[in-house]
Amino acid sequence: MNIIITGDGRVGTTLARGLLLEGHDVTLIDSSETLQDSTTQEYDVLIVKGNCAAMDTLLDAGVKDADLLVAATGKDEINLLCCTTAHGINPNLHTIARIRNPEYTNQIYALRHVFGLSMVVNPERQAATEIDRLLKYPGFLRRETFAKGKAEIVELRIDGKCKLCNVSMTALNNVIGCKVLVCGVLRNGRAIAPTGQFTLREGDRIFVTAPTENLTKLLKSMGIITRRARRVMLCGGDRISVYLTQMLEKDGIEVTLIEQDEEKCKLLSAALPRAHVLHGDATDQALLESNGISTCDALVALTGLDELNMIISLYGQTSGVPHVITKLGRIENRRLVDTLSLGSVVAPKDLCCNAIIRYVRAMHNQTGAAISVHSIAEDQMEAVEFLVGEQTLHCDTPLKHITLKPNVLIASITHGAHMEIPAGNSRFTKGDTLVVVTNGRGLLQQLNDIFA
Amino acid sequence: MNYKMIRRFIAQILAVSAVFMIPAWLISWSCGEEASADAFVQTMLLIGVISGGLAFLCKGASRVFHAREGMVCVGICWIVLSLTGCLPFYLSGEYPSYIDAFFEIVSGFTTTGATTLSDVEVLPKGIIYWRCFSQWLGGMGVLVLLLAIIPSTGGNGYTMHLLRAESPGPDVGKIVPRMKKTAVILYVLYVVLTIINMLFLVVGKMPLFEALCTAFSTAGTGGFSIKNDSMAGYSPYLRNVTTVFMALFGVNFSCYYLLLIGQFRSVFKDEELRLYLGLIFGSILLITLNIRGLYDSLWDALHHAAFQVSSIITSTCYATTNYDLWPSFAKTILMCLMVTGACAGSTGGGFKCIRILLLVKGIRRNTRQVISPQYVKVIRNNGRAINEQVVTNTFAYFAAYVMLMIVSILLISIDGYSFGTNFSAVLASMNNMGPGIEAVGPTCNFSGYSAFSKLVLAFDMLAGRLELFPIFVLFSRDMWRRR
Repeated sequence: MNIIITGDGRVGTTLARGLLLEGHDVTLIDSSETLQDSTTQEYDVLIVKGNCAAMDTLLDAGVKDADLLVAATGKDEINLLCCTTAHGINPNLHTIARIRNPEYTNQIYALRHVFGLSMVVNPERQAATEIDRLLKYPGFLRRETFAKGKAEIVELRIDGKCKLCNVSMTALNNVIGCKVLVCGVLRNGRAIAPTGQFTLREGDRIFVTAPTENLTKLLKSMGIITRRARRVMLCGGDRISVYLTQMLEKDGIEVTLIEQDEEKCKLLSAALPRAHVLHGDATDQALLESNGISTCDALVALTGLDELNMIISLYGQTSGVPHVITKLGRIENRRLVDTLSLGSVVAPKDLCCNAIIRYVRAMHNQTGAAISVHSIAEDQMEAVEFLVGEQTLHCDTPLKHITLKPNVLIASITHGAHMEIPAGNSRFTKGDTLVVVTNGRGLLQQLNDIFA
Repeated sequence: MNYKMIRRFIAQILAVSAVFMIPAWLISWSCGEEASADAFVQTMLLIGVISGGLAFLCKGASRVFHAREGMVCVGICWIVLSLTGCLPFYLSGEYPSYIDAFFEIVSGFTTTGATTLSDVEVLPKGIIYWRCFSQWLGGMGVLVLLLAIIPSTGGNGYTMHLLRAESPGPDVGKIVPRMKKTAVILYVLYVVLTIINMLFLVVGKMPLFEALCTAFSTAGTGGFSIKNDSMAGYSPYLRNVTTVFMALFGVNFSCYYLLLIGQFRSVFKDEELRLYLGLIFGSILLITLNIRGLYDSLWDALHHAAFQVSSIITSTCYATTNYDLWPSFAKTILMCLMVTGACAGSTGGGFKCIRILLLVKGIRRNTRQVISPQYVKVIRNNGRAINEQVVTNTFAYFAAYVMLMIVSILLISIDGYSFGTNFSAVLASMNNMGPGIEAVGPTCNFSGYSAFSKLVLAFDMLAGRLELFPIFVLFSRDMWRRR
């Protein structure tokens, strides 16, 4: 596919690299010359110089033949204008805009057709959602969400003390006490699609589908005690902190925010009346101590500087905070971070790029049948989300009468607000969302491909 | 300082007051009360001369009008208005001295309702009408009325300073973009509510003249009544109507406007309104439980408690019963309600619920800042951040309020009354209540105080009604220094 990316910032280059690996042709638009040179040297992309919101520049970049435009400059307004202009030139173009200002959120969703937007990405919000999910279920290694957050595939590690150890698939539901489905197992670096007689062993990483409300039950049966976080300390008062505080407070979690800039503190306090806002340096250990870091259930380092975040997290680890999360801006630092024990690491730009790449994959799968594609089990399996449409075969037929291709598994069926783990008598109808898990990549282009 | 503009406002205010004396004069004239009819005519003529003179002196006034002019203008207007408004009382010979008459009219304009007379039923009808009407006029503010009726002056924003200085509340704002329209809306709401109140009273078989005067008094939350026993002689229906309307006039008038334009949500979510209603219902409950032994039935106790709470929190202070005889707990609740007062932007007096809210929030913040010095908190009301200056002003207001109270108590204690009497007299004057407890209780009056004390209390009333600073600035040397 032909993809145009505007904004040669960190998101732009990371995204370009990701899309190049997927085999797409990438054109970058940016106004600054120095950055362009370094990017050309590093990646095999075409670079167009100019203002990305101007029609001439867009035409130069070949917007007429492009399939997708990603507007990822630092300015929301420019991104919007860029997408609207490009969509006006080429109505078949898909557009993705990076919009970060929360004040625009409502109008973007209400007027996305006016702006000509296919998708909006908000890295800060995504990062906050990710951190929120990690804080609520500390036992999961990863969580992938489908069907607008109603279905999930979670990754778990089976250790020796776990009740699921040495349990066969058929006995699994009795042990856990609620319906879950193991759709994949990663054993010794190899992905296995489990059958009924398959028995779980220590060291396995399993991929489980369950309705979001059953996740707590699942964790309990695993022997992981999820002590609900009650007090969380956030260092740094950028947008991500605002989003995260709002999410945490919705669940009654007490949030303490530390920010260095006094004016920012006042804005935070006005926006977040329930949060305990402190004005001070988050690396000041006396400040953290006097505000009860040792009694916090979690510490999240969210300042704009990676170095600072790492120091804060290290300090949090040494003072015995049970759950430490570090935000990193530079993905290159990730290796380094893995050698330190910093707890969970969240990289907003990575998350944003992944979301866009997922969209591109779904787009590439044609006809829009696949809503999203997630790689799981170290990229050996794919979880694909489909919407059941007019042309879908076998609608309203019980699953036991349908023959599927080998290595294909229907992991969940979502009817409206209700998510179901498929059984022999389950059926799907038009409008439902299906999550299908398969071995290998790119096997499924359309939903009808799953039928034998 | 733009003296010409201020003179022009005074001239206009005086003319307006003279026009409003015409109905009072007509009532006196038609009832054959010669002395008071003559008093009204003389006063109107005198006002006409003064007003005309001032109007002549302010020709070619420039439109430059700042906050300080606004403040001074409001302060002076109210004093001049009181000085001339009391003339009918004095000239008719119903009041023994000019000071007594002045005290009475200040009490009226500031909607206090404190009187120096022990027998009001013998007063001429015209005088009774003027007493009650002064409260109605003072309730919403004379300058606001002036803003509503004088022709719009184009793009000048100076009128905002007048509204700010005259309307109660820490943070006065317009409800529609145009100042004049805001004033008109406020007065239309005020007139309509007053008429509805009057109709309810007439339906309850109250004579028309009494209904008119009572409605004026209730609307301004003043408390001048036409009977010596205040509301006690009227039927329970009339008292219940008055209970409800007193409480209604204590609500911020912009709430009614929001209701009219269909923004119910923001009205129900209004923190000040919630506090106000919560205080009313909570106090009624506690007082009913406390006084139920004094009355025949629980219903009777509830009736009196509700009337008294509504009457005191809005600073109206009609009486249906001598609450001075109630147990100490009930009496203390009433004293507390005296201080809290009604909502900002209403006709009620007192410290105002919104300021109580801001004080409580401010104190809570400071307490937390003592515990952790780095704590940052922006105080919010109804979900919006409050400007730090408004919070500081509220604390300053509270300090000024307490200081004025202490100085006033000190000054009037020369007359030798008990501390309770003096304290409640000052509290009642500053909060525009009317009667206090003990020697100035609901069955007594202020006639025992010396002329000096009456002037002090009249000053307190004006300061309380205009929320201190428009009166204080008149004594500030900076204000009069030429720029």
